[in-house]
Amino acid sequence: MQTAMIRRASIAAITVGLASATWPALAFTAFITNEKGNSVTALDTDRLEATRTFAVGKRPRGIAVSRDGSQLYVCVGDDNAIQIYDAKSLQLTGRIASPDPEQLALSPDGARLYVANEDDNLVTVIDTLTRKPLGRIRVGVEPEGVAVSPDGKIVVSTSETTNMAHFIDPVAEKTVANVLVAPRPRYAQFTPDGSELWVSSEVGGVISIVDPIRRSVTGKISFDVPGLAKEQTQPVGIRMTNDGKTAFVALGPANRVAVIDVATKRIEKYLLVGQRVWQLALTPDDRYLLAVNGLTNDVSVIDVAARKVLKSIPVGSSPWGVAVAPQ
Amino acid sequence: MKIVPLLVGALLTLSAPICARADEPLTISIGVLRQPHVRETISILDVPAEDETLAGAELGAGDNNTTGEFTNQTFKTIDAKIGADDDVRTAVARLADSGVRLVIVDLPADRFLEAVDAGRPRDMVFINSGATDDSLREQNCRANAFHAAPARSMLADGLAQYLVWKQWRRWLLVKGSHPEDEALAQAYRNSAAKFGAKIVDERVFTDTGGGRRSDTGVAQTQRLIPVLTQNAPTYDVLVAADESEVFAGYLPYRTWDARPVVGSAGLVPTSWDPAHEQWGATQLQNRFERIFKRPLRARDAQAWMAMRMFGEAATRTRSADSKAIADYMASGDFEIAAFKGQKLTVRPWNLQLRQPILLADGRTIVSVSPQEGFLHQTSTLDTLGKDRPETKCKLQ
Repeated sequence: MQTAMIRRASIAAITVGLASATWPALAFTAFITNEKGNSVTALDTDRLEATRTFAVGKRPRGIAVSRDGSQLYVCVGDDNAIQIYDAKSLQLTGRIASPDPEQLALSPDGARLYVANEDDNLVTVIDTLTRKPLGRIRVGVEPEGVAVSPDGKIVVSTSETTNMAHFIDPVAEKTVANVLVAPRPRYAQFTPDGSELWVSSEVGGVISIVDPIRRSVTGKISFDVPGLAKEQTQPVGIRMTNDGKTAFVALGPANRVAVIDVATKRIEKYLLVGQRVWQLALTPDDRYLLAVNGLTNDVSVIDVAARKVLKSIPVGSSPWGVAVAPQ
Repeated sequence: MKIVPLLVGALLTLSAPICARADEPLTISIGVLRQPHVRETISILDVPAEDETLAGAELGAGDNNTTGEFTNQTFKTIDAKIGADDDVRTAVARLADSGVRLVIVDLPADRFLEAVDAGRPRDMVFINSGATDDSLREQNCRANAFHAAPARSMLADGLAQYLVWKQWRRWLLVKGSHPEDEALAQAYRNSAAKFGAKIVDERVFTDTGGGRRSDTGVAQTQRLIPVLTQNAPTYDVLVAADESEVFAGYLPYRTWDARPVVGSAGLVPTSWDPAHEQWGATQLQNRFERIFKRPLRARDAQAWMAMRMFGEAATRTRSADSKAIADYMASGDFEIAAFKGQKLTVRPWNLQLRQPILLADGRTIVSVSPQEGFLHQTSTLDTLGKDRPETKCKLQ
């Protein structure tokens, strides 16, 4: 109990400046994009139930919450746009044209949005204030994952067919390094201290660990889920706890979330979740991990400390992405 | 109010030198040795395009070149189109003389073998993107010949698994009168034996020659097909083996009994279909259609695949050397993404690319094999086609 409180206090200390207000304990809202449902489901992480599902554009996948928790950015790929919703009223407040956006990430200060435009081999930089594109950076074929370094100085885009993690200088608007990783890299995530970049390769079946300074692959994490064929293990979403000690990796059709010790890269446990698990999100207090299951139309709630799946919450049709906002 | 976030951010500084390897510029020329397929198809929708296979290879080269921008590699496509009467060896020699060592081939099996053997003394490596003959993967396999196209046995097994999963185990096999039709029929017989289906009867549709189209139209076919299929023992599904496009297209809706048609018409096992959009395939379909203004079909997709195999091996080995590329493709490290829901790898014993088989009805993808429950000790993809213990291939 005491450790939990200390942890919460330290998180609050770290995150001050990122969020405009402190949140009431444990009360957060998670937003889940339903790829086929053309909707977003809001989920109360206190009561652990879905509270509302509202219609958005076509084929929503990538989703992010603004740093102050007031806005939702939703990639609606088949509408070639990013829609902006008020996170409280869930009303549409804006639309930014962007060809086939799939994933996006915010700069640490929330001023910029980086969007992967899958069909055009581009990463677009968007000013969140004016909602206008600031620039475009050419990357490899089918950019998908977007990650921003904790200091905001590097943006990484993963290209699914080129099989690279492209290091982008967002100010100069150009790629500064291109690191070859295993096939079909879909998601990238920096460790909270910025010392490692983790890239998941859906088809390669591994996580490539990239040294962001030397910009080379320093290690790989592969998975061996008992009783499953290797081909079924397809890592996608990655999340890490605020203390940077534990990582969670969604393994797609393996229907598991791997729990990994970041320091040793050892896999502690495979948690059985729903089918075709795509993206993950932690509540800001690291109490719960939400795993979005595309085939079973639900979200598995994982108790982070206990490393246990608590329950599954039905959401919309073919859920894909998830982001959490303070309530 | 913004407080500078996280002390640790200082660890990541842009002042660090950028250590991307300064690779020497490398140009990799890849030949496309192809003989156009017959344009006599039953459906006008299936008439192959003039640039079939070449277009797929060019799309692949484009994808390789995007990667190449970051690795300093340029991929060039060299078209070597030949007629049915042209000498294959001359075409191979010409490619070799112009410095080409990597070749994508869409030729009939015997001519493929001729090309491969002719290119061998010149250290050429070939990827078969067209011929489905099992013999090329079995008794006639070669150490410098890879196969991006699925073998007949893989296609037949892909379909058979689905039929067995559906409990449609009683098959009426109708085959054409050409040697390839018999080879395909044999693949279906093997699949039936392998997965526990039963061929209740076999019929032959004899090709009497002549054109496909006439002003007389459908009236004759409507009478012909019921006669061909009448008085059959009870069956669940009609399996058609017609590689020469002589009759299978006429079977659906015209059989004596009301039964689904599969195989060369109806539900067709294939490596690719314009209707395929799972696992990000839409991206590839869009890229192709944008450039070539037509849908992406199996033969072009197989050539794309072959080009990507060469590209992936060249990127990973940072080499244009045909030996290094072949060694890498044959090694256990080689794996490639191809919008099929899982990685594709190469069977080391006969250099065949492992791949899921799509089952397409011409409008949608009905299913993708391997089917659930067909298990294998190394890769479920090896439930499709001839497996290592039964191979006759001795690579040399």
